[in-house]
Amino acid sequence: MQEKIAHIIGKYHHDKGFLVPILQDVQKEFNYLPKEALTTVGALLQVPLSRIYEIATFYRAFSLTPRGKHQMSLCVGTACHVRGAPIIQDGIERVLGVKAGQTTADLEFTFETVNCLGACALGPILVVDGEYQGQMTLSKANKLLKKLGKKVATDEED
Amino acid sequence: MKKIKSAAELNALQEELNARLDPNKPCIAICCGTGCMAHGTRNLVERFQQELADRQLTEKISLRRTGCHGFCERGPMVVLHPQKIFYQRIKVDDVPEIIDKTILGEEIIDRLLYRDPVTKEKVVHEYEVPFYKKQMRLVFGMNGMIEPTRIEDYLAIGGYGALAKVLTQGDPQAVIDDISAAGLRGRGGGGFPTGRKWNATRKAEGSPKYVICNADEGDPGAYMDRSLLEGNPHSVLEGMIIGAYAIGSSHGYIYVRNEYPLAVENITLAIDKAREMGLLGQDILGSGFDFDIVINRGGGAFVCGESSALFASIEGRAGEPRAKYVHATDKGLYDKPTCLNNVETWANVPLIINKGAQWYAGIGTEHSKGTKIFSLVGKINNTGLVEVPMGITLREIVFEIGGGIPKGRKFKAVQTGGPSGGCIPEAHLDIPVDFDELSKLGTMMGSGGMIVMDERNCMVDVAKYFLKFLEEESCGKCTPCREGIYQMRKILDRITNGEGKLEDLDTLEWMGQAIKDGSLCALGGSAPNPVLTTLRYFRSEYEAHIIDKKCPAGVCKALITYGIDPDKCTGCHACARVCPTGAATGEKKEVHQIDQEKCIKCGACYEACKFDAITIV
Ligand SMILES: Cc1cc2nc3c(=O)[nH]c(=O)nc-3n(C[C@H](O)[C@H](O)[C@H](O)COP(=O)(O)O)c2cc1C
Ligand code: SF4
Ligand code: FES
Repeated sequence: MQEKIAHIIGKYHHDKGFLVPILQDVQKEFNYLPKEALTTVGALLQVPLSRIYEIATFYRAFSLTPRGKHQMSLCVGTACHVRGAPIIQDGIERVLGVKAGQTTADLEFTFETVNCLGACALGPILVVDGEYQGQMTLSKANKLLKKLGKKVATDEED
Repeated sequence: MKKIKSAAELNALQEELNARLDPNKPCIAICCGTGCMAHGTRNLVERFQQELADRQLTEKISLRRTGCHGFCERGPMVVLHPQKIFYQRIKVDDVPEIIDKTILGEEIIDRLLYRDPVTKEKVVHEYEVPFYKKQMRLVFGMNGMIEPTRIEDYLAIGGYGALAKVLTQGDPQAVIDDISAAGLRGRGGGGFPTGRKWNATRKAEGSPKYVICNADEGDPGAYMDRSLLEGNPHSVLEGMIIGAYAIGSSHGYIYVRNEYPLAVENITLAIDKAREMGLLGQDILGSGFDFDIVINRGGGAFVCGESSALFASIEGRAGEPRAKYVHATDKGLYDKPTCLNNVETWANVPLIINKGAQWYAGIGTEHSKGTKIFSLVGKINNTGLVEVPMGITLREIVFEIGGGIPKGRKFKAVQTGGPSGGCIPEAHLDIPVDFDELSKLGTMMGSGGMIVMDERNCMVDVAKYFLKFLEEESCGKCTPCREGIYQMRKILDRITNGEGKLEDLDTLEWMGQAIKDGSLCALGGSAPNPVLTTLRYFRSEYEAHIIDKKCPAGVCKALITYGIDPDKCTGCHACARVCPTGAATGEKKEVHQIDQEKCIKCGACYEACKFDAITIV
């Protein structure tokens, strides 16, 4: 871990001004921000841990807890909202048994909401493991969840 | 490519590249904007490449992967040059037919044409599509002509010519005077006169001076900045370099949302290319002027689009705004003179330099010049990005360019200005769209989100939506914003739960005013706008929630019940299959029913019913 973080910080020439992008890269590497990673960043950049936590908790992009194997992000931007994103959000939360921003206990799914992905024309948008899925509906979301191993009622005849 | 050392060399290169463009050579321009990529364009590109290779046509027919064309609703799409034939909603298997029939055989494939939803007529050429016809695509139109990753394409259509012109003239103040005379106002929200901002930064004491491009695009529902950065990054760079020269700055930043990976990728590449060719870096075009740009990826906080919060974020701190008694033009980033402009503002600059301030000032209204790009989204037939001259009416945008409301439903409101803006009702659709007219209605231009709502959208719910968004995004520094938005949202929660009182409406009004007066930055200062405008134009809808305990649009869960219309139900059993709680039941081929005790109002049956038999009252 030490080495990987040192490498990331090296890319930004040990410049404290790049703390936000450094943490972004660290998160990308470890899929969340583990505590040891934050202390390492602090030690290498000589920035107090309190400042790092301030940043890590201020910005929405950072997660201090491990994320699930599958990542689901639902756009709840205005365009997607008026096209029915809230109904889909309720549905996914019900099936996964977690609220937006949480990870299922078996570490299989992390469900998040985001504000506008810049593809409003295709709203509502659900991103599943990096794939944009447009014109989302409750039943499409359910089918996606079913494919990933969740038990859900869908309109397919069994 | 080698470094260009003078304006004359640049000119020669532009001409050489332009001469290589054969206007009669067939070219397939595929939209590869994020919208179309989400529609599956990647596979389409691969198939085109493969089919062209199989036919040994790669020399004869070129393939251009362009940025967003704007008509995202109809993706994936291609424009076939030179005729400009427009095909939409293309599937991978259509590819061989397009090459054989249309490109080689000059035959139009009827089923791929766009059909005007109003006249029901098929349209062959891109320029005849009603969505494009009323637009004035000065800034955005270049997207279709270039491949954003190829600086050669931008140069071939005269790119960086404005920069060369400015550097040859050698008079920075004259550039500022031009921008002022053109009447350019900031496209990031406030509409501040750009020339005045540049002048103040130029005159300010202190060095270095910074030039920043605001690509945070926080308005959830606007994506024109993204599409410009993705589709035509060099136009933004050229604008910034010209601005930096005029102001006397050699350090630039682009602050871009991390949620926009393709924009980050394309602008990074564009900077590298520009530097390689001597358009960025030291001694630009041999003029002795130095300027370079660093990219900073935002962390996903709406407030970081605000100038002082953005500076804090670039400095590596949490993005909290500060009081504005000192202007950013005097003390901005690292307390040095700083000029911050929006992506679209920067992209307008080369246009003004090339075509002249007079020409530019001839477009638009008295105090709002030029064009504005809007993202026309929500309940609208032709969703996408539209660029229109200032002064066009909202009605023209919604009903002519946008083609009206889907499913024959009724228009209710259009929301502009994002979370700081407001909702405009039908009665005001004929106002000319410009900075000042929108402010008069209690909303604002904002960054250009235009969200259309129909009769099935609840205005109280929309107001609550924006408050919730702002509650999460408030940085928490000052009390009126942090606590006030929270309290207003609690009141709206009560109203949408059927527990509201009529006095609540007065409370919302005075509290909204207090938050506007007492907040430090414009986030709090404009946060009550969505509530205040909906109260102003849709008061009866609030009253229906409070007095009748009904949500007329059928959105607020606590106030609606799902039912089945026995006349329409065919007993197809679709509702019963999808209902997660077993509330919807019935024998096949017989009228079904919903058990209200079990119903959780999830909406699954409504979506599943093909016969419109589910009622929401
Ligand atoms: C809460 C808040 C968010 C903002 N977000 C953005 C944004 O995403 N993009 C932007 O260009 N301007 C945004 N602005 C406006 C900027 O503060 C600033 O006025 C603008 O970037 C100046 O550029 P312009 O003069 O070219 O419009 C925001 C302002 C506030 C108060
Ligand atoms: S108005 Fe809101 S966002 Fe702006 S400084 Fe105050 S608390 Fe922060
Ligand atoms: S609002 Fe969902 S992509 Fe823009």
